Amino acid sequence: MADTIIIEVSRFHPEHDAEPTYQSFEVPLRGDWMILDALNYIKDNLDGTLAFRWSCRMGICGSCGMMVNGVPKLTCETLLTNFAPGPIRVAPLDHFPVVKDLVIELDDFLGKLQKVRPWIIRKDERPPAREFIQTPEQLEAFKQYTLCINCMLCYAACPVYGLDPNFTGPAALALAERYNLDSRDQGAAERTDVLSQHDGIWGCTVVGECSVVCPKGVDPSLAIQQYKLSATKEWFRTWLLPWGNK
Amino acid sequence: METSSHDILLIGGGGAGLRAAIAIAETNPKLDIAMVSKVYPMRSHTVSAEGGAAGVIGDDDTIEEHIYDTISGSDWLGDQDVIEAFVNEVPNELLRLEHWGCPWSRLPDGRIAVRPFGGMQKMRTWFAADKTGFHMLHTLFQTSLKYGTLTRYDEVFATQILVDDGRACGVVGIELRTGKIRTIMAKAVIVCTGGCGRVFPFTTNANICTGDGMALCYRAGAPLKDMEMVQYHPTGLPFTGILITEAARAEGGWLLNKDGYRFLQDYDLGKPTPTPVFRSMELGPRDRVSQAIFGEFEKDRAFHGPYGDFVHLDLRHLGEHKIESRLPMVRELCLKYENIDPVREPIPVRPVMHYMMGGIHTDIHGATSLTGLYAAGEAACVSINGSNRLGSNSLSELLVFGARSGKSAAEYVTNGYKPANQNHLLAQATDEEHRVEEQFLHKNGGTERITKIREEMQKTMESGCGIYRERASLVDSANKIRELKERYGNITMEDHSRTFNTQLTQGLELGFMLDVAETIVHSALNREESRGAHQRRDFPKRDDNKYLCHSVVHRSAEGPPRIEYLPVVITKWPPGERIYGRDH
Repeated sequence: MADTIIIEVSRFHPEHDAEPTYQSFEVPLRGDWMILDALNYIKDNLDGTLAFRWSCRMGICGSCGMMVNGVPKLTCETLLTNFAPGPIRVAPLDHFPVVKDLVIELDDFLGKLQKVRPWIIRKDERPPAREFIQTPEQLEAFKQYTLCINCMLCYAACPVYGLDPNFTGPAALALAERYNLDSRDQGAAERTDVLSQHDGIWGCTVVGECSVVCPKGVDPSLAIQQYKLSATKEWFRTWLLPWGNK
Repeated sequence: METSSHDILLIGGGGAGLRAAIAIAETNPKLDIAMVSKVYPMRSHTVSAEGGAAGVIGDDDTIEEHIYDTISGSDWLGDQDVIEAFVNEVPNELLRLEHWGCPWSRLPDGRIAVRPFGGMQKMRTWFAADKTGFHMLHTLFQTSLKYGTLTRYDEVFATQILVDDGRACGVVGIELRTGKIRTIMAKAVIVCTGGCGRVFPFTTNANICTGDGMALCYRAGAPLKDMEMVQYHPTGLPFTGILITEAARAEGGWLLNKDGYRFLQDYDLGKPTPTPVFRSMELGPRDRVSQAIFGEFEKDRAFHGPYGDFVHLDLRHLGEHKIESRLPMVRELCLKYENIDPVREPIPVRPVMHYMMGGIHTDIHGATSLTGLYAAGEAACVSINGSNRLGSNSLSELLVFGARSGKSAAEYVTNGYKPANQNHLLAQATDEEHRVEEQFLHKNGGTERITKIREEMQKTMESGCGIYRERASLVDSANKIRELKERYGNITMEDHSRTFNTQLTQGLELGFMLDVAETIVHSALNREESRGAHQRRDFPKRDDNKYLCHSVVHRSAEGPPRIEYLPVVITKWPPGERIYGRDH
């Protein structure tokens, strides 16, 4: 195996570039290095102007998502050697406006997250003096959706979001479903307004790419399908059975 | 320059900051709250905490026992009035998290499950598998979204706390996306910026843990406390320093040397048993276990690897089911970063800098010495941790003292506040803008690379101020840090642009870290005894006559920091011997 590898990094500086361009760097090809280690090597030794986000370097803070050879990845847990002999192309996540180099804008997601009301909604004003009882089975019903780290890989993979930025998108929908399925929550009806709109769940065409790229094993596609099913039932109940027991 | 003003400003959006924000909104729903954070709140380092949060809940557990464990764990350097308040308030704080949706792990009947933890004599650590910090942070962040009175300044990097007439009145910050300088004025400021692990080369801490808030307060005139108390976690992965949670030992994992021997029995930590025993062996406190591993390195009973010596953490006897259900992240991290499966192979581990017991000096309400300035979480030192924090007390601490500081600040701005002179603040902000431009953005020439100074700082902190220290090593580090501070004035900048200039943030962070490093070294040099995490080769015994007190470190106009001593608050628990693994 060669002892170096070429990384082509997408560079874009809004103060003087009209379009992003790729710049090549030669970095050591070390067996225990992740893509992020190589980017830090570039930043520290070759070009101090390179901009990218990172923090925990253990796959939990969600900062360092990028396109690696066209696939959305957390760069802190993607081995460099997987791409030998190279070159490797590293670019900002697809479908987001680029701030600079590998840094994207997240405002759209944060707005959508707030819109789906990702907090426990209760009808009673005062919570109990002790914990809500929740069995391990009840926890299991929503647990996988709590594992979302907001890394945005699913948005970068979602072809629907690529075409229609108004689509609420996989992570925000999975988090809405996380609360809907939580035995402590009573807010599903309140969330229906947002989720049932055209750009809510109905935008999803079941491509399933979101679930494939999720680094945490969350299945947003399943959340969306589950929600479509319950929303459809609700719709039938409301409109086709007006005389029924609502 | 853009200017805005709010009632209360939080610096930092991790667990403590978010808990404080909610406390303010609940105390007075009319207050206008702002949160400045250099990262999006859900990226904060609280996210990396794994094992759990301690709080008395079991029928067989008592408040007194948690208090005693915390005091003895602190090697009697924790303030007992503070610890008493802390232990009493934790259970309710953890319940509030439960009501807000935190997915705590459960017993089969649906009640909260608890697990054992190091230095604790009962099971009282609440956990959400081994991603407790992640779940707490996201629960707090998502819950904070329902408060319309909270304005967030995400990715705004605070460079200075504004002070007028002895009161904190806001911050100057750089909006990273545009490079614009913002002046954010407030009647009170709460600093919740976390720790400073990146001062050291080998740390579990995230890239963002650069002691910003500690340095901001220190520069603004609020002293720091017990900065010599640096916690090494016994079990980090070699090379990366990624944390393998103490929960791995609490669930029954063993520490083995190269002969497969459970060496902790040689370090006055008890006798090996097949299943874990509270306050014994692998459930000893972190300072003692890390020191024992270091002892194995010195006796050449450890493995040698490319990143230094290591020992084994063996989980194989726990079986796949237990590892998968209780420690899924441990398995995930080992597979991804070490290419080993703990179900089948032992995990290589070595002690790694993990947590700062010291921090911004506050009282029991989270108030610093400067009017209107509060601090909470790892950035602060209240102090409950003294010279050694017990695992799972820090997530609890950020809740209790996040809430306390929020309430205190809310009461202060509602009742006792006097308006500041806005012209004074704007003049300070203009000066600060000029400083940032002169030192960084417009800087030409200069020969010192930021990276190089950072690496030299980290190296000298480890060699001079690590698990074991002595006068000579500390003096070397003090001289080195002074040299690096001088060279810092001569740094070279390649990036002069405004847009998301991460070289600028690296430069500013390095300045913060050099200040913090200096306080660590000088506090360690002055404390001529060994206590908890502070082990002096030249003063191997605890000295309660001279040092049953906190180091309080002030910035001097020039020269080294000035250190004063403040007696520890002792109420009902007179200093005694720390006993682990045998009866007391």
